[in-house]
Amino acid sequence: MASPLLDVRGLSVRFPTGSPVIDFGFHIEQGETVAVVGESGSGKSLTALAIMGLLPRRAAATGTIAFRGVDLLALPEKERRAIRGRQVAMVFQEPMTSLNPVMTVGRQIGEVLRRHEGLSSAAARARAIELLDLVRVADPHLRVDDYPHRLSGGMRQRVVIAIAVACRPSLLVADEPTTALDVTIQAQILDLLDRLRRDLAMALILITHDLGIVGQWADRVVVMYAGRKAEEASPHELLAHPVHPYTRGLLAASPRLSAGANYRQGPLEEIPGTIASAAGEPGCPFVPRCDLVQPSCRVAPPPLVELGGGRLVACPIAAVPEAVHAS
Amino acid sequence: MLLETHDLHVRFSTQNGALHAVDGVSLGVGRGESVGLVGESGCGKSTLAKAVLRLLPVAAGRVLFDGQDVGTLSARDLQPLRRRMQIVFQDPFGSLNPRHTVESILTAPLVVHGLGDRQERRRRVEEIVGQVGLSSSALSRYPHEFSGGQRQRIGIARALILKPDLVICDEPVSALDLSIQAQILNLLVGMKRALGLSYLFISHDLSVVRFISDRVLVMYLGRIVESAAGDDLWQAPLHPYTRALMQAVPDPARRRQAPALSGDLPSPENVPPGCRFHPRCPLATEICRRQDPAFRELRPQHAVACHHAEA
Ligand SMILES: Nc1ncnc2c1ncn2[C@@H]1O[C@H](COP(=O)(O)OP(=O)(O)O)[C@@H](O)[C@H]1O
Ligand SMILES: Nc1ncnc2c1ncn2[C@@H]1O[C@H](COP(=O)(O)OP(=O)(O)O)[C@@H](O)[C@H]1O
Ligand code: SF4
Ligand SMILES: [Mg+2]
Ligand SMILES: [Mg+2]
Repeated sequence: MASPLLDVRGLSVRFPTGSPVIDFGFHIEQGETVAVVGESGSGKSLTALAIMGLLPRRAAATGTIAFRGVDLLALPEKERRAIRGRQVAMVFQEPMTSLNPVMTVGRQIGEVLRRHEGLSSAAARARAIELLDLVRVADPHLRVDDYPHRLSGGMRQRVVIAIAVACRPSLLVADEPTTALDVTIQAQILDLLDRLRRDLAMALILITHDLGIVGQWADRVVVMYAGRKAEEASPHELLAHPVHPYTRGLLAASPRLSAGANYRQGPLEEIPGTIASAAGEPGCPFVPRCDLVQPSCRVAPPPLVELGGGRLVACPIAAVPEAVHAS
Repeated sequence: MLLETHDLHVRFSTQNGALHAVDGVSLGVGRGESVGLVGESGCGKSTLAKAVLRLLPVAAGRVLFDGQDVGTLSARDLQPLRRRMQIVFQDPFGSLNPRHTVESILTAPLVVHGLGDRQERRRRVEEIVGQVGLSSSALSRYPHEFSGGQRQRIGIARALILKPDLVICDEPVSALDLSIQAQILNLLVGMKRALGLSYLFISHDLSVVRFISDRVLVMYLGRIVESAAGDDLWQAPLHPYTRALMQAVPDPARRRQAPALSGDLPSPENVPPGCRFHPRCPLATEICRRQDPAFRELRPQHAVACHHAEA
């Protein structure tokens, strides 16, 4: 089998104050959608920034991030820059963080094309209009001259996506691209990203905290907790048979619309405590919140156990079938 | 009804003229009832909440609390009613004074309403802190020392320390992670039972509203477009917007399915004529473009503003 498009192994991100990403890894194949899911502070954005080569200066990344077999972490900045925006692009949660408020959207899209593909201004503008059409902005020949503040949140995110896909990247990293948007707009943007993935044969890393999004749009899911991988599975497997105590807790805590929980039928399941309580302990980061804790959990971080079918769980206790069924 | 609004209007003046943020809302919250108010951002939920609490001026219409017309009361007569109506905000951090300890944040409402002496206040503060699941060591600390979920517990304690009858919860769990959201929702349910509270619970998240509500109001562009008991609404929504909202919730059962609704959220500065939903509505016909549909009861306790809704 050919090597994956992107293969992240043993990634750690360290700050002087601590290591928010520890020995994390996953891979993604061409044209695939992999969701990275976890609550805030679990290290999702830092992982995305590490892939992009956009970590803050004070951060040190170790491990390997192989893109088409080349370790990005080992590349000089100049070569990384050539890949960034061209072969690997990113969409952030808040569109205004990546848009320039005093430049028309047409010029911002055009700039990427001039820089990476050496297009003339006129050609870049024509391409910008095509790209706005591609991301389903109505009246693209008018919108191309608008400033970002004239656009709604959903439209701005479409513009950011147009910039991201301008050079037809083979990998798009979308970090909570719809978290700031309303549900009806979120549905449109997720549909758009999926259509672009298909039409441009692009792989998509979809970072989210929403398990519903994972189930509807991902081919594979990586659950991240306190900087580490807790579980990896197909969305169907993960949602139907979660194994890691954290994943199981999350699903139980969610007042899912389809399940239709109402307070009169009883309380929601809770995961006690917070993610912050894990900081600095030597063992499994989920120990302070877990109901299956064994003495061994406190000694060292649990290894990833393979359950077959590409399924991985960082919990030897829950991975024992008896333990899963007993609880 | 504990709370009623009748044809309530709230307007803001903007560069382009008047913005009708709340455009004729009539609603009721019964004693002990939990009413959910759901709708996307900008539809007027927070404005409605603030108008009910008289934190914003009302352009037209009435707010009745426990039978009294809030709009006609003097500041002095309003004061005791204010104690009985409290609000919990989305962003507990923004609403808690960073320079005050938790104790002083929680004591302030008691002082404002002249309740208890020092000892009694201290007792009430300790009691409420325990009820919302914080330890009394929290009292001497400052808001920034707490996580988002704990700050929301402080916000809830501040609202409940006055033993109100009605609590308006304005997106109280929207900023919280799922695992913390469940803790706070359970806390709100527990407090409702313990203190016999009524809730007007505002959220853009349908599953949260479904969990916490006995009855649900769906709001679109300043109007209530559908109102029903929770079960009835989830099982048989009548308004095309309600159906679209429900379908927009990501669901593993709809693998890679195209969205139900196209188009952007319109601005209340530019309300479409006829039915305000018609530019996005899959069922819209000629009459929808011309005539504003009346809000009518199609099934018992289930009302909708749509020309083409059928019971
Ligand atoms: N610039 C930084 N300096 C120090 N610590 C940081 C910095 N950025 C992030 N962190 C730490 O890393 C953790 C994970 O951050 P992040 O990747 O943004 O999480 P997520 O995207 O999953 O919410 C944060 O909780 C924070 O403690
Ligand atoms: N102080 C204000 N001045 C002008 N417009 C406002 C003000 N507050 C809210 N609005 C507008 O009123 C509408 C309703 O806002 P809001 O009640 O906050 O909606 P929601 O809480 O449903 O998101 C929005 O279009 C918003 O921009
Ligand atoms: S009145 Fe017409 S446009 Fe409005 S919701 Fe009903 S069908 Fe749609
Ligand atoms: Mg993040
Ligand atoms: Mg609001």
